[in-house]
Amino acid sequence: MQSTLFHRMAVGLTSLMISGLATASDWAERSDHNLRPGVTAVAQEVHGLHNTVLWIVSIIGLLVFGLILISMIRHRRSKHPTPATFHENIFLEVLWTIIPFIILIAMAVPATRVLIELDDTADSELTVKVTGYRWRWGYEYLTYQDDNDVGVSFISSLATPPEQYENPVLSGGLFPYGTAKDRVGTPPQDKDHNYMLEVDNPLVIPSGQKVRFLVTSDDVIHSFWIPDFGGKKDAIPGFVNETWALVPEGEEGTYYGQCAELCGKNHAFMPIMVNVVTQDEFQDWLAQKKEEAAAAPDLTPFESLDAAMEVGEKVYASNCALCHGQNGEGGIGLPFAGDDFAIKPEHREEHIHVVLEGRNAMPAFKGQLTPKDIAAVITYERNAWGNDSGDLIQPEDVHEEE
Amino acid sequence: MSTVAAAHDDHDHHHAPTGLKRWLFSTNHKDIGTLYLWFSFAMFLAGGFMAMIIRAELIEPGMQFVDPEFFNQMTTVHGLTMVFGAVMPGFVGLANWLIPLMIGAPDMALPRMNNWSFWILPFAFTILLSSVLLSAFGHGNPSAPNFGWTFYAPLSTKYGPASTDLFILSVHMMGISSIMGAINVIVTVFNLRAPGMTLMKMPLFVWTWLITAFLLIAVMPVLAGAVTMMLTDRHFGTSFFDAAGGGDPVLFQHVFWFFGHPEVYIMILPAFGIVSAIIPTFARKQLFGYASMVYATASIALLSFVVWAHHMFTVGMPLAGTLFFMYMTMLISVPTGVKVFNWVATMWRGSMTFELPMKWAITFVILFTCGGLSGLMLAITPVDFQYHDTYFVVAHFHYVLVSGAVFTMFAAAYYWLPKWSGMMPNKVLGELHFWNSLISVNLLFFPMHFVGLAGMPRRYADYALQFADYNFWISIGGFWFGLSQLFFLAVCLQCALKKGEKAEAKPWDGAEGLEWEVPSPAPFHTFDTPPVVK
Amino acid sequence: MATDKYYVPESSPWPLVASVGLFMTAFGGAHFIQQATDPDTFSGSWGRPLFFFGLAWLWLTIALWWRDTIKESRGGLHSHQLGISYRQGMLWFIFSEVMFFGAFFGALFYTRWLIVPWLGGAGSNAMTHELLWPDFQAMWPLVKTPGGTTTQAMGAWGLPAINTAILLTSSITLTIAHHALLAGKRGKLIGFQAITVLLGAIFLGLQVEEYIHAYTEMGLTLDAGIYGSLFFLLTGFHGAHVTIGTIFLAVTLIRVIKGHFDAENNFAWEAGAWYWHFVDVVWLFLFVVVYWL
Ligand code: HEA
Ligand code: HEA
Ligand code: HEC
Ligand code: CUA
Ligand SMILES: [Cu+2]
Repeated sequence: MQSTLFHRMAVGLTSLMISGLATASDWAERSDHNLRPGVTAVAQEVHGLHNTVLWIVSIIGLLVFGLILISMIRHRRSKHPTPATFHENIFLEVLWTIIPFIILIAMAVPATRVLIELDDTADSELTVKVTGYRWRWGYEYLTYQDDNDVGVSFISSLATPPEQYENPVLSGGLFPYGTAKDRVGTPPQDKDHNYMLEVDNPLVIPSGQKVRFLVTSDDVIHSFWIPDFGGKKDAIPGFVNETWALVPEGEEGTYYGQCAELCGKNHAFMPIMVNVVTQDEFQDWLAQKKEEAAAAPDLTPFESLDAAMEVGEKVYASNCALCHGQNGEGGIGLPFAGDDFAIKPEHREEHIHVVLEGRNAMPAFKGQLTPKDIAAVITYERNAWGNDSGDLIQPEDVHEEE
Repeated sequence: MSTVAAAHDDHDHHHAPTGLKRWLFSTNHKDIGTLYLWFSFAMFLAGGFMAMIIRAELIEPGMQFVDPEFFNQMTTVHGLTMVFGAVMPGFVGLANWLIPLMIGAPDMALPRMNNWSFWILPFAFTILLSSVLLSAFGHGNPSAPNFGWTFYAPLSTKYGPASTDLFILSVHMMGISSIMGAINVIVTVFNLRAPGMTLMKMPLFVWTWLITAFLLIAVMPVLAGAVTMMLTDRHFGTSFFDAAGGGDPVLFQHVFWFFGHPEVYIMILPAFGIVSAIIPTFARKQLFGYASMVYATASIALLSFVVWAHHMFTVGMPLAGTLFFMYMTMLISVPTGVKVFNWVATMWRGSMTFELPMKWAITFVILFTCGGLSGLMLAITPVDFQYHDTYFVVAHFHYVLVSGAVFTMFAAAYYWLPKWSGMMPNKVLGELHFWNSLISVNLLFFPMHFVGLAGMPRRYADYALQFADYNFWISIGGFWFGLSQLFFLAVCLQCALKKGEKAEAKPWDGAEGLEWEVPSPAPFHTFDTPPVVK
Repeated sequence: MATDKYYVPESSPWPLVASVGLFMTAFGGAHFIQQATDPDTFSGSWGRPLFFFGLAWLWLTIALWWRDTIKESRGGLHSHQLGISYRQGMLWFIFSEVMFFGAFFGALFYTRWLIVPWLGGAGSNAMTHELLWPDFQAMWPLVKTPGGTTTQAMGAWGLPAINTAILLTSSITLTIAHHALLAGKRGKLIGFQAITVLLGAIFLGLQVEEYIHAYTEMGLTLDAGIYGSLFFLLTGFHGAHVTIGTIFLAVTLIRVIKGHFDAENNFAWEAGAWYWHFVDVVWLFLFVVVYWL
């Protein structure tokens, strides 16, 4: 950690500015008006730099505004009826070109240093590939210490239930409210503490070890941003960007972030949640995940249509409803309710295929969902909302198609 | 500065056309200027209305009025309408009215092309806004452009809604309009100056517009190139922005920001010119450092070509590139600082009064400086990694655009309305407009710095709970600021309908320049034979 | 004759009428493109007629507009100053065209020097290569894209070299014509300008030939990856400009025959000539960076 004068000033200032300095693991005392101090060393340096720069520009601003104010008071016509006639002064003009230039250099030097540090992704112990999807994050653990083929991956989606965020007061008409017409006018549910930040499967990383994130995207540009880790990196389809974080030991806890590049409708609905755990805990967790991954996909058939529907409804709500509507009425995606595609048997094959492989703006769910979930959701789509095709898709059917 | 030796009365060799024909077929720079200004104001209201929808949705967490898809359309079209519909045409309108008057020319150099530049705009915006109306009255489908005013690929190419193609062609039309308008300005300035009006005697507004016009001609075609590549990527199978074909989505950003950054200076340089006219008038003291103002403007314009990637610090550029763009961006503060200090020095030991134009101008200097200083913070790359795409950026650019560009247009209107309409703007309404705007604009945009720093990303339809308090006040400030603009509407209507106090040829005692030598309102034809400037 | 008074033209309906034409062209064009390239999603077929109607309307308006201008010019209403305005206007217009091409040249350089090497793992993009495009080999021309589309590269020394010679020659013949214009030698002027127009037409013919060859035999198409994209957009926009330039020169040729120009009063002629030289220079750049290197 850096311990320059600026840094100490920054830390002092921050504790002044943020009442009860945010304990890293709890956003309960989340900053609501200044940059978060951060938990990694670089984040703290960035924070220090921010405070330095903020001070410099505030002082410059106050100087300029002070001069204007003095002039406005002292050089009013009532106080100062005959204006001076000077309109040039080479010395002054050179002076106020050079001094700002020097101030700029004073800022550029530490900025350059921190930038170089941020750029260095070498010597990491854990490598995680982060993939942005519309609108969820996928995490794939590639290497950990000597293990070059970890093979653990999962998808992480928003866990805040729609009842909490859909509180429409209007429906249709001039300001179309697309997703939850049936909730119009119902009183909003209380919002959880971590409203719009919590996810179903958080990213898990160890403390005290350098983690390298390989950030990419499957569709449009997203941006991977955890403020406490000190910056964002765009997830660009077709390219891999690198960034890193080293959370010091003793700072275990939960950190939050958000997608920071406009990626379409649910840009605001794809948060990031990171559990930082001790190395021991991490190893246990990883071992368990590996075990799960090694097990063959669960292909036990559903016992009944209802059993499949029950699973399917959940999968649908958390994965498909965003685009295809809460009630299959369509939106960004095509409608299912009453649609031939989801009823007529000749489209059954294609239905499975589209969900697995994606099509145009429709993402591929192969690898994101298990065969069992996919079978369930397709069954659901073909039977819910009065579709009643009676089709029961089994995990086996999906697995074959894969 | 310059004085007029022989201000000529106009001899009307063609009679001023009347009725509808006067406005539709005009070749008169004043009428075309008026058209531009009203158009700009209409777009300001339209874009402001969309901002009100944004603010209504964000007044508290949760989705209450619109769905996120429509929210994105509002953000996008708000930005586009304000930038291409309100600010740019507004300044072109001022250029039309003022440049010929200021340099003693009878009109713009190419009057018919001038009218064409204008008439393209209403049609271009018909195309753009029709998709919003369809979307608003339909059910979110067909969707209006929803990819931000920066329309990054592939969100706007592979994933763009059908209206993207309409958007692309309307941007082409706006580009044609701007380029023709800019050519007209440059040629007018180079070729139609009255005898004796040397370049270094020109009012700064003319200088800043000359440089702005150069920027426009240089970068609007690049924007045209960018949208053309989008169009071919969308429909003709090209792979400019698709890695699978050997392209790169980031290529789009480079092309866009090569246009986009000079674009933001296009929106501020004329404002500098306006303030440089108003402050000396009301300080009753010559502008400090005329020559350094000219050089500073030119430096800003030149530097603006080599800083574009400061909008893209997070895309993963090579370190050397990042550093280059950081240094260059920081450097722009130096010439801008020169301008700010010159304005302060102009006021210093002047004999100031605070009529409405001066109020707006001083407000501009202060609030623009605030916006500029936050711009400097954004330029510090490692910290921009935190600021980027948060409300801190939104705060920055509204300070430079709203309390920068838009406020100078208000200043200009209060300053020159007497010349345009022959009427003094209503003082009571004007004061109400000013004070309400001044307070509400800060309530609206200042807390955005806080939520931005605390981590609220921009273009978010819904947000986490710690941002709730400030957002509430931001929205209140937004509605207040929006309603305050109705006072301005009233002021303009009152002048247009010739109600109130008549203006003299030179209503401001400290004013200088050729435009004050002609009667108020300025006659249909001015300077038929050139005045001689000593 | 030229006058000393400022000339402010009469008000004119053409700007507004032309804007309506532009509106129809753009509005129809957007739908035409959609309906033509993606008929499954975009129903209807009114885009095409509206587009062509708008285009015809636009060009007709511009023709009428210019007719008025020419009439005024012939009527001696234009001042010397207006002539200078026109000339400056034309030069700035050409500058804007330079910037338009600049966008595509910029894209070309960015692609060659940065994107393709990065996709191949250069710089800090080792992981891009390893994780996403492991089979991709960086090369230029990009005859095999990361996605696997293959094509052939267009060589420089066949048709393109001939075309270069043609355009260079046309620049020379045009310059000769220019001197003839200034010297008042009508016969020479008409002869050399006619040759220039002819060369322009031959160039275009060969260009079409080359495109057909590319499409039918080389697999070099618009959708063959970034190499094809850049190749066709750069040469295509250049070709479009040659077409406009040829028409421009043909029109001024007719006006020369009608005796509209002399050593002083020749703005339209010179504008056409400048435009031609600009198109020529663009080609030289194209030849070097698109075909040759
Ligand atoms: C009128 C428009 C305008 C103007 C004038 C500016 C001016 C500046 N802008 Fe701004 N900017 C925008 C409009 C504008 N900007 C917009 C619209 C965006 C967002 C686009 C989008 O993403 O949608 C943006 C975004 C933006 C970013 C990207 C942020 C991000 O997305 O992460 C950056 C980063 O460097 C930046 C920097 C600057 C700088 C350094 C200046 C400088 O020119 C400011 C210079 C002025 C001063 C510094 C103040 C006065 C000087 C002194 C008093 C002298 C003494 C001072 C010192 C030497 C310290 N701007
Ligand atoms: C010059 C340009 C300009 C101007 C003047 C404004 C003016 C305003 N802007 Fe805008 N803004 C941009 C340029 C501009 N903006 C850009 C480029 C973006 C980025 C877009 C993007 O992300 O792609 C943006 C984005 C943007 C956002 C972020 C959206 C998001 O990230 O999701 C917000 C949010 O509050 C906002 C608010 C406002 C408000 C409240 C005003 C107010 O100043 C408007 C006030 C005016 C009126 C309200 C109209 C007049 C009054 C009436 C018509 C009477 C009726 C009034 C009421 C009913 C109250 N703007
Ligand atoms: C990002 C938004 C999005 C999400 C999330 C999404 N879809 Fe889609 N879906 C689309 C779009 C867009 C289409 C239309 C594709 C096209 O253009 O061909 C589509 C099409 C489909 C089709 C083909 C429909 C037809 O009539 O041809 C099926 C089946 C489908 N989606 C199922 C699903 C399932 C199951 C899920 C969840 C597990 C899901 N989708 C999640 C956007 C989405
Ligand atoms: Cu993903 Cu925004
Ligand atoms: Cu910029």
